Amino acid sequence: MTLGTISVTSDAVDTSTAAVSTSGLTKIFGQQTAVDHIDLVVPSGAVYGFLGPNGSGKTTTIRMLLGLIRPSSGSCSVLGHPMPDELTRALPRVGALAEGPAFHPYLSGRANLHRLDSGDRFAVRSTARKRIDEALERVGLLPAATKRYRAYSLGMRQRLALAAALLQPRELLILDEPTNGLDPQGTREVRNLIGELAAAGSSVMVSSHLLSEVQQVCTHLGIMRTGELVAQGPVAELRAATQRTARITTPDTAQAVATLRQFGIDDTTTAGDEVAATVTNQPEEELVSALVKADVRIRGFSVQSPSLEDLFIRLTGEGFDVSG
Amino acid sequence: MSAADTFQTRAPTRRPQPGSTLRLLASELRLILGRRRNQMGMLVLAALPVVMAIAIKVSNSGPPPSSQGGPPFLSAITSNGLLLAFAALAVELGLFLPLAISMVSADAIAGEANQGTLRYLLTVPVHRTRLLLVKAASLVLAAMVAVFIVAFTGLVAGVSLFGTGPLTTLSGTQISVVESIWRLALAALYVGAGIAAVGMIGLFISTLTEQPLAAMVATMIVSTLMFILDTIPQLDWLHPWLLVDRWQAFADLLRQPIHTPAMAVGLLVDGAYALVFALLAWARFAGKDISS
Repeated sequence: MTLGTISVTSDAVDTSTAAVSTSGLTKIFGQQTAVDHIDLVVPSGAVYGFLGPNGSGKTTTIRMLLGLIRPSSGSCSVLGHPMPDELTRALPRVGALAEGPAFHPYLSGRANLHRLDSGDRFAVRSTARKRIDEALERVGLLPAATKRYRAYSLGMRQRLALAAALLQPRELLILDEPTNGLDPQGTREVRNLIGELAAAGSSVMVSSHLLSEVQQVCTHLGIMRTGELVAQGPVAELRAATQRTARITTPDTAQAVATLRQFGIDDTTTAGDEVAATVTNQPEEELVSALVKADVRIRGFSVQSPSLEDLFIRLTGEGFDVSG
Repeated sequence: MSAADTFQTRAPTRRPQPGSTLRLLASELRLILGRRRNQMGMLVLAALPVVMAIAIKVSNSGPPPSSQGGPPFLSAITSNGLLLAFAALAVELGLFLPLAISMVSADAIAGEANQGTLRYLLTVPVHRTRLLLVKAASLVLAAMVAVFIVAFTGLVAGVSLFGTGPLTTLSGTQISVVESIWRLALAALYVGAGIAAVGMIGLFISTLTEQPLAAMVATMIVSTLMFILDTIPQLDWLHPWLLVDRWQAFADLLRQPIHTPAMAVGLLVDGAYALVFALLAWARFAGKDISS
C-alpha cells in the first residue's frame, strides 16, 4: 500500500484570523519525534476533525496547543495568541477536554466542576451554581450531579469532562477523543453537541481515531500519520482532490484512450470494451463532451470517488500497527 | 484590526473577578480538609495528646523521668494540665506533624498530576505560578491547622484531667492562665512555621514526580534525616543549618521574660528553607511538560 499525502492549497486560509494555527510545530521526546513540523490551520468557525491512528501525535499536538507541554521547535497560536506565552489570555476563551476525563474520585460531579470553576479568574462566583447545572444538564448528567465521581461509568466521566469545557461560553473547543468510551447513543449526542456549538458560532477542533464518529459534523479535516500532518483542508476539497476512477464503456477504446491522453490522463487500463481512467482534477462533464466530439461512441460512463474512509485508510494505513 | 481585536469584539468582555485567588485557596482547603484520609490524619494528631494525658493520669506515679530526654516542662504536667499541650507539641514534632504535612504536600502537585486533574486545572486556565502560590499558601494553612489541633486537644485533655492554674515558668516566676494560653498559641505558631517549611520541601519534591506516595516518602526521609543528623555530636558544625535544630526552642516561651534568641534564629532558618524550596518548586514547575 502506498501512503501518500494530500494538501489542499486552494483558498489559502488567512492564518491571522484562524482559531488555531501552527507553524513547523515539532515535539521531540528524547529520541522520538512525536510531532514533526506540522502546519495546522483551524479556520475560525470550522469544525475541524483531527484524525489519525493511536500514537500518531494528535494528543501531543493538542497538549502543545493547550500549553501543557512546550514545543521543541516551531510555534502555535490559539485565537491569535501565541502559546504558551499568552496562555492566560487565550485559554479562558477555550473549552478543553484534554486526553480523557480526570477528576477527584471522592468528590461529586458537581463538586468537581465547582473546583474547576474556582480556578477560573474570570468566573463569576455568584453564577457558578447556575452555570454548573446548565453544563451538567447539557451533557445529560444533572441527575447524577451529586454522585461521587468514583461511581461514574466511563461514559458519565466523559460527559463530565465535556461539561467542564462548557462552564463558560467558548469561542473555541478543543476536544481530544470526546467520544472515547461512549456508546453509539452517547457518540451521537456528542456529535449533536458539537453541531450545536458550531451553529452558535464556536470553532471546534475534535480529535478522533475513528473517522466515522466525526465525519458527519466536520467541515475540515486534518489527518496525522506518525507525527506528520498528511492531509488537511475542507472536507469537500479533500474529497475532490482524491483520485477518482472514470469507467467508459465504448467499442472505440483506442480512440477513447487517445482523447483522454489529450486531457493529461495517462493512467488508463483497457479491458474488453471498458476503459478505466484515473481522474484527478478534470471535470467529468468536460471529459464526456470531449469524447463525444472525438466521435467516441459511448455506451456507459461512470465515475467512482473513494469515500473519506478509503482516503483515511489510504493515508494512515490499515491494521493494528501502532505508529511510532 | 488584529485577530485578537476581532475576537474580543465578538466575545463579551470578561474581567478577572476580585477575590478569585481566595476562592481558589478556599477550594484547595476544602479539598485538603474534606479528604477522608486527611481527616483520619487529623484524628490521629488529636488522639495522641489524649492518650498522653490518660497514660500520665493512670500511671499515677507522676511524669516520666527527665532522664528520658523529654522537655523540662514534661515533669510538671500533673501540677498544671496546660503544660500537656506544650508536651504534646514536643512529642508530635518528631514524627506525626512532619508525616501529616508530607502527606498533604505530596498531594499538592504529584497527587493532582497522578489523577490527571492537574491538566484540567492548567487548561481552565490556572496560571502555573498562581497555582503554586495557592498550593504553598494552602500548605502553610494546613500546617497551622495540624499544629493547632495538637495544641488545642492537648489543652483540653490536660486541663480536664489535671486542672489548671497560674503557671510556674521555667524561670520560677508565675504567669496567669490567660497569659499561658497566649504563650501556647505562640508556641503553636512557632512549631507551625517549622512544619510549613517541611511543607515547602514537600511541595518541591511534589513537582519532581507524578507519584504522590514517592513524594511523601521522600519528604519524610528528608525531615527524619535532619532529625538524625541533629543528634550526631560529631556533626555539630552542621546542626545550626538543619531545619529541625531549633524546633524545640519553643520551650523558651515558658521562661519569664520570654527568651527569644534561639526562636528568632529558628524562624529565620524556617523562612530560609521555605523560601529556597518554594523557589525551587517554582523553577521546576513553571516550565515542566505536563504529560500525565
